[in-house]
Amino acid sequence: MPAGRWVRQTRSNMIKLNINGEARSVDVDADTPLLWVLRDEIGLTGTKFGCGQALCGACTVHMDGQAVRSCQTMAGDVGDAKIVTIEGLVGADASKEGKAVQAAWRALDVVQCGYCQSGQMMSAAALLTENKKPTDDDIDAAMSGNVCRCATYHRVRAAIHDAAKRLEA
Amino acid sequence: MTAHTKIPAAAKSVDLSRRGFLAVAGGAGLGLMVGLKVDPAAAQGAAGGVVQFNPFVKVAPDGAITVVVKHLDMGQGPTTGLATLIAEEMDADWSQMRTEFAPADGNLYANLAFKAQGTGGSTAMANSWEQYRTAGATARAVLVKAAADKWQVAQGEIVVDKGVLTHPSGKRGTYGEFAEAASKIPAPTGMAQETPYKDVAKFKLIGKEGLHRIDNDPKTDGTAIYTQDVKLPGMLVAAVAHSPRFGGKVKSFDDAEAKKVKGVERVVQIPSGVAVLAKSTWAAFKGRDALKVEWDFSAAESRGSDELLAMAKDAVSKPGVATATNTGDAEGALKGAAKVIEADYAFPYLAHAPMEPLNCVVDLKKDRAHLIYAAQFQAIDQPTVAALTGLKPEQVTIETVWAGGSFGRRAVPSADYVTEAVMIAKAIDGAAPVKLVWTREDDTKAGYYRPFYAHKVRAAIGADGMPIAWHHRVAGQSIFSGTALEAMAVKDGVDETSVEGASNLAYAVPNLKVELTTLKVGVPVLWWRSVGHTHTAHVVETMIDELAYAAGKDPVEYRLALLKDKPRHTAALKLAAEKSGWTAGAKLEKGKGRGVSVHESFNTMVAQVVDVSIQKDGSIKVDRVVAAVDCGVVINPDVVRAQIEGGVGFGLGAALRNAITLKEGEVEQANFDTYEPLRIEDMPKVEVHMVKSEQKPSGVGEPGVPPLAPALANAIFSATGERVRDLPLGDRKFKSA
Repeated sequence: MPAGRWVRQTRSNMIKLNINGEARSVDVDADTPLLWVLRDEIGLTGTKFGCGQALCGACTVHMDGQAVRSCQTMAGDVGDAKIVTIEGLVGADASKEGKAVQAAWRALDVVQCGYCQSGQMMSAAALLTENKKPTDDDIDAAMSGNVCRCATYHRVRAAIHDAAKRLEA
Repeated sequence: MTAHTKIPAAAKSVDLSRRGFLAVAGGAGLGLMVGLKVDPAAAQGAAGGVVQFNPFVKVAPDGAITVVVKHLDMGQGPTTGLATLIAEEMDADWSQMRTEFAPADGNLYANLAFKAQGTGGSTAMANSWEQYRTAGATARAVLVKAAADKWQVAQGEIVVDKGVLTHPSGKRGTYGEFAEAASKIPAPTGMAQETPYKDVAKFKLIGKEGLHRIDNDPKTDGTAIYTQDVKLPGMLVAAVAHSPRFGGKVKSFDDAEAKKVKGVERVVQIPSGVAVLAKSTWAAFKGRDALKVEWDFSAAESRGSDELLAMAKDAVSKPGVATATNTGDAEGALKGAAKVIEADYAFPYLAHAPMEPLNCVVDLKKDRAHLIYAAQFQAIDQPTVAALTGLKPEQVTIETVWAGGSFGRRAVPSADYVTEAVMIAKAIDGAAPVKLVWTREDDTKAGYYRPFYAHKVRAAIGADGMPIAWHHRVAGQSIFSGTALEAMAVKDGVDETSVEGASNLAYAVPNLKVELTTLKVGVPVLWWRSVGHTHTAHVVETMIDELAYAAGKDPVEYRLALLKDKPRHTAALKLAAEKSGWTAGAKLEKGKGRGVSVHESFNTMVAQVVDVSIQKDGSIKVDRVVAAVDCGVVINPDVVRAQIEGGVGFGLGAALRNAITLKEGEVEQANFDTYEPLRIEDMPKVEVHMVKSEQKPSGVGEPGVPPLAPALANAIFSATGERVRDLPLGDRKFKSA
């Protein structure tokens, strides 16, 4: 943890964050999980609360392109890192991976209750950024932290392969 | 809840005609009108001039057709299914369909299987099949009549395709253009009855591939609103400290530290614990964790799982207190039988663990209460809230939003979590809207669970290897006893949900006795995706497999011989066997196993063939599941596939490693590390095949679950020679035979 940044932000009591390309300033304690900053302070509710212990992946966001669990990422530790949520992944400034994942998810009707799917899509997009052609084993390894109680796993796997094909085209 | 459970309600069954709807909704002044003008501000996603043609169909001037969905969508897809029925009968284009959830109104939106408003028992499509098609067909009829009147042509000459009305003369229009005029057409008496549904052969959407889920977009861009996402002006978030033991009460509490947490506004005692109200969710959680509560356990359940299981095992070693089925003379036939197989089984408590932990928003005012949440059982919740607040039921309004899973947990006879939210709102005199939020730990520890059960079966085969007697004992808690629904659901001491799937054994066994001993335990229990079938199917389908092996017969052929008068079971079983490449007597390579099962639940037959590999460390990997389902007419084949795939995954997670256990009354599991759901690496390949059928549709939300565990157990037996009679598998290691 970069101590200097922590101290500076705690003192001002205002934490500056870069969310989906926008500069945001929030008045929260530095030890507030990013999840609750996104949901309760900024109103980006696409990122979900499932377990609060980084055990389910429903709260997955990107931090400088890496998939992280926002329930265990403290607001004071984010610093200058660029945060992307589901709203940013598929919004107006969507990355090509984000667009491909969303298109695949819709084409294969992956969702059921849908509650975990923001997290699934964030993890899938992060995987495809690093690995253009993941195997089933690669997918299982990268997606193991994303629980789906509807058990849409079968389709998550197929949709990631489909998204990879879309990115190739 | 089971489909055959009839729940009495103040609500009369819905009158399907528009006249009936208007009599309810509009009063005498509107009696001559076909349509009902809806307040544009209240109509979702449409500009002014939205016309509601019946409780289920609204048409906007831009042509958007909004289907009012009376069932909770917890992922099982009724929103897509019900919109399909309306779109089909209106010859609409799928892209013009919209949906909204129905308000709490037992007169208009009862589940016709329960005669009360609620979702469960895999009934959503089955009970709506005629009702929603009628709604679509009658709306179409008046819209076409309005066009015919305007164009001065005969109604029969107008063709509707993809929402566009055309006449051979070249005239062309949309539903949106005629909605206003159609709303003024006098309704001929009996019009609904005279309007025929479409012939099955003419379906363009029902049963067709390629119709995508209607909730795909909001669920893949973060905009779908769940209870957790609701924010009202001035709203406080509440977290509750519950008793660590069921039945414990607050003795005293110290909230000094909790009140120091930034954002915490109030701390209140309620019957179920101590609630901390804060401006944000995180503050509520922190405040709750800072509470010091002393509990009074004098009336609490303080036994542990070992003790409870021993009690159940003891119960099945003795004659049951009640008899569910008694055909022939099972005990007599067993006495003289040459070959008897006896086996004991045990099943643990299971948590539903939906991805979205339980929550509920309540805005309580002097003269009304407005609730926003994923309402699954309005017929219970609305009168419960009325009783708690002293309001009349009609002063309690319920707005339903998407559910982040349920598996039965959001429909509760005691309305537990809704009650808790209302009690918090009452404790602050409705000073602010309240959102009750449970953490994952609350969700795991605070109940309700699939009950634990013990079974014992003694079965005998004759000289020809076929079963001659089956004596089955079940012991466990009753889901319905002690609830407001007990009188309807418990007959002669038998709660049907304790024995369903066993008491109505599908196999032709001449002497059958099924006994039940209901145990009293102070742990709250509830229906859990497929209810009694979650354990009875395991016992029946593994025991029949034992008998087949004892008789030296192929497990598929043995079952088929016993299902001669069960054509739907037979068709599903044959289809699964064929598609999986099942070959009688085939020898699999060492370390591989294959097992089969077939089971009826909620009027749907599902057969599954499971392939497993025994891993080097002795654990089990499920490689493939081939399922065949007969659910009558298939409304959306891909939703059927998705539900069976999901049922397989749900059943597999529980079979592999899920159990809620108690130590001195306290639940030992807390989060997804100690109650770990199936993960992607555990998920097998799943193939789903559908039996062609013209029968009325039956459910698919639950029936995929029951066959999985027994087919898995039978596959393990085929690879190892070891029987799996207790679930979950947990750390059990196997050796290839």
